[in-house]
Amino acid sequence: MIERKSIFKSIFEKPWEESQILKDNNHDGKALSMSGSKLGVRYIMLVSTVIFSLFIVSYSDRMLVHDWKNMPEPWLLWLNTLVLLINSYVFHKTKVFAYENDYTKTKKGLFISGLLSYSFLIGQAIVWYLLMKNGYYADANPANAFFYLFTALHGLHLMGGLIFWGRTTSKLLKSDNKLENLRHSIELCAVYWHFLLIVWLVLFGLMLFT
Amino acid sequence: MHDDNEYKIEAKSGVVSDTTAKGDADHLPPQEVPDQDLYHSHSWWTTYVFSQDAKYIGVQYALTAVGTGLLGLILSWLMRLQIAFPGLGILEPAAYYQFVTMHGMIMVVYLLTALFLGGFGNLLIPLMCGSRDMAFPYVNMLSYWMFVLAVLVLLASFFVPGGPTGAGWTLYPPQAITSGTPGSNLGITLMLVSLVLFVAGFTMGGLNYIVTVLQYRTRGMTLMRLPLTVWGIFTATVLAMFAFPALLVGGIMMTLDNMLGTSFFMPAIISMGEKLTTEGGSPILFQHLFWFFGHPEVYIVALPAFGIVSDLISVHSRKTIFGYRMMVWAIVAIGALSFFVWAHHMYVSGMNPWFGFFFATTTLIIAVPTAIKVYNWILTLWRGNIKLNLPMLFSLAFIVTFLNGGLTGLFLGNVTVDVPLSDTYFVVAHFHMVMGIAPLLVVFGAIYHWFPMVTGRMLDEMMGKIHFWITFIGSYAIYFPMHYQGFVGVPRRYFEIYDSPYMSVSGLHLNAFITIAALIVGAAQLLFLYNLIYSARAGKKSERNPWKANSLEWLTPEMPPEHGNWGKELPKVYRWAYDFSVPGAKEDYITQTTPPSAVLGSKVERS
Repeated sequence: MIERKSIFKSIFEKPWEESQILKDNNHDGKALSMSGSKLGVRYIMLVSTVIFSLFIVSYSDRMLVHDWKNMPEPWLLWLNTLVLLINSYVFHKTKVFAYENDYTKTKKGLFISGLLSYSFLIGQAIVWYLLMKNGYYADANPANAFFYLFTALHGLHLMGGLIFWGRTTSKLLKSDNKLENLRHSIELCAVYWHFLLIVWLVLFGLMLFT
Repeated sequence: MHDDNEYKIEAKSGVVSDTTAKGDADHLPPQEVPDQDLYHSHSWWTTYVFSQDAKYIGVQYALTAVGTGLLGLILSWLMRLQIAFPGLGILEPAAYYQFVTMHGMIMVVYLLTALFLGGFGNLLIPLMCGSRDMAFPYVNMLSYWMFVLAVLVLLASFFVPGGPTGAGWTLYPPQAITSGTPGSNLGITLMLVSLVLFVAGFTMGGLNYIVTVLQYRTRGMTLMRLPLTVWGIFTATVLAMFAFPALLVGGIMMTLDNMLGTSFFMPAIISMGEKLTTEGGSPILFQHLFWFFGHPEVYIVALPAFGIVSDLISVHSRKTIFGYRMMVWAIVAIGALSFFVWAHHMYVSGMNPWFGFFFATTTLIIAVPTAIKVYNWILTLWRGNIKLNLPMLFSLAFIVTFLNGGLTGLFLGNVTVDVPLSDTYFVVAHFHMVMGIAPLLVVFGAIYHWFPMVTGRMLDEMMGKIHFWITFIGSYAIYFPMHYQGFVGVPRRYFEIYDSPYMSVSGLHLNAFITIAALIVGAAQLLFLYNLIYSARAGKKSERNPWKANSLEWLTPEMPPEHGNWGKELPKVYRWAYDFSVPGAKEDYITQTTPPSAVLGSKVERS
């Protein structure tokens, strides 16, 4: 395989030098050893990380003001967290099944993943409903507002992921027991679901401990 | 896999070709990556409207951005008329503030950012990297239509009750959303929604630029063989990836403050004698978020301009760009540093002076890589075979203008100098010079340069020269006097300035002078637009590669390039884009696709 330098190392190359020219002529034009879609998913995860980090910074700045009142975390949130955790695990298993070429198990895995994701979203909606019923509105306190904001954004990210889950699943159903072209998509979905789990754990932990 | 042919040829230092004459030097490994599957359109709609071809999307982006920019230009005319001749009563105070805000936001975000990254990025990245199209053409189309939606939402704010927001382009809360500011209700909401849409669309575009530049280049095209244009656009996209989220976060939270009555940014306020329900929010937090976006935004506009102008100068002075590696490093260094300077926009926000001291230091450090770039442009010109054609004229004008704007930046970057100058016309002059006129000069130069590639016709030279001289001299007539006005203390953001003890007579006369200059410069842009339309239909037919450039976008089998860009086979790249006036070569340029065996006996210059 072609040896890949990191981007930061490659900017020290001297493209006009004899030895470098010979190396460069053999270059296949890729900077990283991964597929374009994998890099794309990484890009999206990076942008999301920046967004959530900035929200966390804002949260930390805002919670220092005297009017901050912590919000209770309903027990349902723990259940939702568990659902998301299982969801992530199932997606991982699905990926493994896809690479083992086990069509039925992969199909089942994808269905269960989708089901768990939807139940997580419904669970979050119920949490919203319970909180609002008890008077914890967004404008009552910034802690509440941040809670709604975090859950809403995390939910939106999950819905975005579900679009790709839907595309992968429908391709799988049409694919006539073949998995070759789908493994990669399933793997990328799994990566994204792990990412969303980590984001949720960080956000939930932040709200729990402050 | 390819290690075996890597050192087949023994390299003698110094002479490229003698060693390679034996034959194998032209060898390239077979194409490993399967060719991209492209969407082929079948109808007029999917070819010209919902196009998935990056070239069309680039032109769509550019036209939409320029159309929006025209509105920004007209707004600036009206504002200038109001300032110079307040007696005429052209604008109400509210309208003046609304126009200031819309002018600023349109020019920075919807014109320059969209034009450089959406327009030139889409047009040039696939062609210069030697790819068939962007990595994800469908996402690319979505990106453009998201931008259109953002523009429509922005324009819609002109037609809602209360009109567009008049908060200034920085949209500072609490005033942006408290009554008394024009458009504090629907206007600001539409503005924020439009920005969120823009960021979303832009993130999709950025996804394409990054993946295409990193993973979809053709064989032999290493990162360090890329033209500097691609480096500039690529680095700007990386900046946008980190900067735009800050705008998104601030925008979302302010929308909630406005619509749901949360208090992220809203402190306890007594407005019109009534206490608002908000409490404890921090307006300064918004300023930090805004400028964490806002400062890198300057470089999101400037870096593509740096890249493009480097290529224009190299091509039109027939010389290798001086210090290519240093140019790349400077782009990367400026990009990295731009995230550590944001609070220099906030010296008067009441922050700790030590904090200001830190940001003044980082700000001045940016002058180092920027100066490297300016020196390298000048050294590229040094003893070059300078062709004083339109792209070159605009490039030269850019260097001077950028230097001018940069120097006033040194004044404003220092806390003690900034405090008295802050909120005067000096600041207006500075940022218009450095991120208004300077990048626009590059835009014009780039359009004159790449117009033949897009349309197959040349732009009219005579009209172009008139356009250049009026724009260049005219913009100095506008902005030089503003520096003076700033020194004598004329405040910005005032919708009328009458004869008063605080205002010298010269300041008043200058206002009238500036306005007349602005009207003339604006009219010259209409001539430019006419030139674009006229030349696209009836301009002189261009030969292939009219500027004798080296980079791949000129080397497509057809010019203008067709769908898929490269015909049957992707190009093979044997060198960088800067082999101009190589001693011993037949022509004064060696294209990137020329194999070594075709240029025997030539010796490549080292820099």
